[in-house]
Amino acid sequence: MYRYDEFDAAFVADRLNQFSDQVARRLSGELTEEQFRIHRLMNGVYLQLHAYMLRIAIPYGTLSSRQMRKLAHIARRYDKGFGHFTTRQNIQFNWPALKDIPEILGELASVEMHAIQTSGNCIRNVTADHFAGASADEIEDPRPYAEILRQWSSIHPEFTYLPRKFKLALSGSPHDRAATQVHDIGYQLVKNARGETGFAVYVGGGLGRTPMVGHKIRDFLAVEDLLAYTQAIVRVYNLEGRRDNKYKARIKILVHEKGFEPMREAVGAEFAADKNDLLALPQSEIDRIRAYFAPPALKERAAQSQAVEARRARDPAFAAFVDTNVSQHKHAGHGVLTISLKPIGGIPGDATAEQMDLVADLAERFGHDEIRVSHEQNLVLPHVALDDLPAIYDALKADGLATANAGLISDIISCPGMDYCSLATARSIPVAQRISERFADGPRAKDIGALKIKISGCINACGHHHVGHIGILGLERKGVETYQLTLGGSGDEACTLGDITGPGFSYEDVVDAIETVVDTYVGLRTDAQEDFLAAYRRVGMAPFKKALYERDSGADI
Amino acid sequence: MSQVISANRLSDGIVLFRAKGGAWVEQLRDAEILPDAAAVKAVLGLVEVDVKANHVIEVAAFEVTVKDGHVEPVHLRDKIRARGPTTHPLHGKQAAH
Amino acid sequence: MPLYKNGSFVQDPWSAIPEGEAMSPAGHVIAPLSWWQAERQAFAGSNVPIGVRIDPGTPMEEFLEDLPRFALIALVIPKFQDGRAYSTARLLRERHGFKGELRAIGEVLIDQIQPLMRCGFDAFEVTDPVTQAALEAGRVPGVTHFYQPGVNEAPQAGARPWLRQAGR
Repeated sequence: MYRYDEFDAAFVADRLNQFSDQVARRLSGELTEEQFRIHRLMNGVYLQLHAYMLRIAIPYGTLSSRQMRKLAHIARRYDKGFGHFTTRQNIQFNWPALKDIPEILGELASVEMHAIQTSGNCIRNVTADHFAGASADEIEDPRPYAEILRQWSSIHPEFTYLPRKFKLALSGSPHDRAATQVHDIGYQLVKNARGETGFAVYVGGGLGRTPMVGHKIRDFLAVEDLLAYTQAIVRVYNLEGRRDNKYKARIKILVHEKGFEPMREAVGAEFAADKNDLLALPQSEIDRIRAYFAPPALKERAAQSQAVEARRARDPAFAAFVDTNVSQHKHAGHGVLTISLKPIGGIPGDATAEQMDLVADLAERFGHDEIRVSHEQNLVLPHVALDDLPAIYDALKADGLATANAGLISDIISCPGMDYCSLATARSIPVAQRISERFADGPRAKDIGALKIKISGCINACGHHHVGHIGILGLERKGVETYQLTLGGSGDEACTLGDITGPGFSYEDVVDAIETVVDTYVGLRTDAQEDFLAAYRRVGMAPFKKALYERDSGADI
Repeated sequence: MSQVISANRLSDGIVLFRAKGGAWVEQLRDAEILPDAAAVKAVLGLVEVDVKANHVIEVAAFEVTVKDGHVEPVHLRDKIRARGPTTHPLHGKQAAH
Repeated sequence: MPLYKNGSFVQDPWSAIPEGEAMSPAGHVIAPLSWWQAERQAFAGSNVPIGVRIDPGTPMEEFLEDLPRFALIALVIPKFQDGRAYSTARLLRERHGFKGELRAIGEVLIDQIQPLMRCGFDAFEVTDPVTQAALEAGRVPGVTHFYQPGVNEAPQAGARPWLRQAGR
């Protein structure tokens, strides 16, 4: 993985000094709250419902054991012993004191981490496929490009005061696990007819109150033009994006109002005018960064592991865990292991300091010191030998981390909702917990199959509900929590926004409504191979609507 | 409707409520109950001093009901602020109960 | 209005003319763009220094042609969070070769001075007392390591000269 050189370390130290000075000036009153807010946000500090919240970047979701241990330490020493992994490959701590934050950032800097640009109207933490560098279906590891974008966008003098936040995501596989088409810019690595690698570029995707799927603005962008083309897009946006209304300030609205073709022309003209040599990526630099992401030296191993097969034969829980949570690795005899942070009835994305330490230990012992954080709020050990799975499973199980539900109905994405967030209009986490309890991770969940439920506690859609196979949006109606359902959304390469079922459901009834949807699906699928999304695409909304609203209970007309 | 004035402490962000006499307290039961809009307006004027002194931020009033001496926020959001996350009964102000 | 330039507060040789007011033929005034567009003919053949004030959102095509005529361009920053002037400044300096004074006016605060400079501003009208005091004390908070070369900053030799630069 990437290691800071002296320059990177000095840069982060610089930023820490700058922010420490700003905190001191705020505490002394030299800066007003309005003036300070923008600086604290650009360093990841929010004021939430109960206290400050610190959002720490985990660039493209890659962590070492040492870094994970540092997060555990911060959870213990400065917070309440746990952290929350988010849908943008960040971790949030919910209770740090402002006066301690410079010290926390100092701790982070000592392990090459920071909270720079995890909020604010600037280019945010760059995210990527959490299986990058490991998955069997990959064209190329996108992380070297993500790292190059991270560096380029850090404290960019021109792009620090954009109309609104700006999110980049990269995928290196045809199967998009990074939700690139719902980002301000999404980059999909592709090969052209000559076998060269480049990017398909999507612009203007986003969720929030006006969800939109990104437009493909370039079919093939040479990798050397990555920064120049990105600069062109961001510059057009900075100059022309709306600043009169924060709800219309994202680039998706600019693309929508200006029109996609005029936008493409404007970006193309800007790119052509400023294709200066300075931003052209030299191959030597790409190679230099890529070397940091060289895959670990994995031993030759048999494709099938006898250790796994022997244990599987006598332990159905282990078998379920392997079947559900292990994905195919590039390298025979290895797997990509998803560690679910969705224990049945638990809080999606939360991990205790002890759990963080355990995952760090396992990564060190069995996983070539690499951990990933997924936007689906799970952890991943990207390179494990299948032979080690029994030992890993036993260790995870002892600490409540062996839930066999990756990709199943109880693997729910949930924003913090009104339990923490000052923007929320309804709670999200308890809804996720109750759905998880209802379906759990047993045979029923397995029978239901691949199903992504995503929950947001307000229209800002941090829980990505529009692209959930089943999406849940918590709203407030006349002082009461109400939950609107959407069906058929998908954040992958066939990106689709979900359709609203109709009137919302109360906090009490929403879990029954989800069960109705799921039972309806199970009743109409052609066979167990037809997953929820495929079935929905085949039959449409009608049967679900009928089941939800034409019955005696559950409907809130 | 009765209201209470709350804010966050600048130094650590913790939710505070304004008590009679001008102190800021951490528990809602110790807060001053303001009977009407006029009283709220008057006190909001007074607490400007604490904002200017950089002691508190995000000052706002919220609605409460009082029954048998027990103060209860009207809106769920304010209930959660006054107690802590509903999902973590050991964290937040409810931990002290 | 206090003017900060080249590291200190200096006498401002320029004055702003309000909307609709006539201009002295001596020049050294900063005129709104609309005023300049209306009066341009009157200054044909004149060499007096002209400054122009550009509001954010003004298409650059509206004044690019006259760029050689301007000794000063003042870009308005209505709120410090409004970042349009940063792009405009870079384009004026880097693409269109503007060599005159590039002045930031409006809500100019201390924490934005460094990024504004890095985008090509070289003069700042400062009304905020805290910002004035900090600048007078020689304090311009910021960072010293940059991943992107700024305007008029030669990329430093060494690693990633195209992307980063140390010191200033």
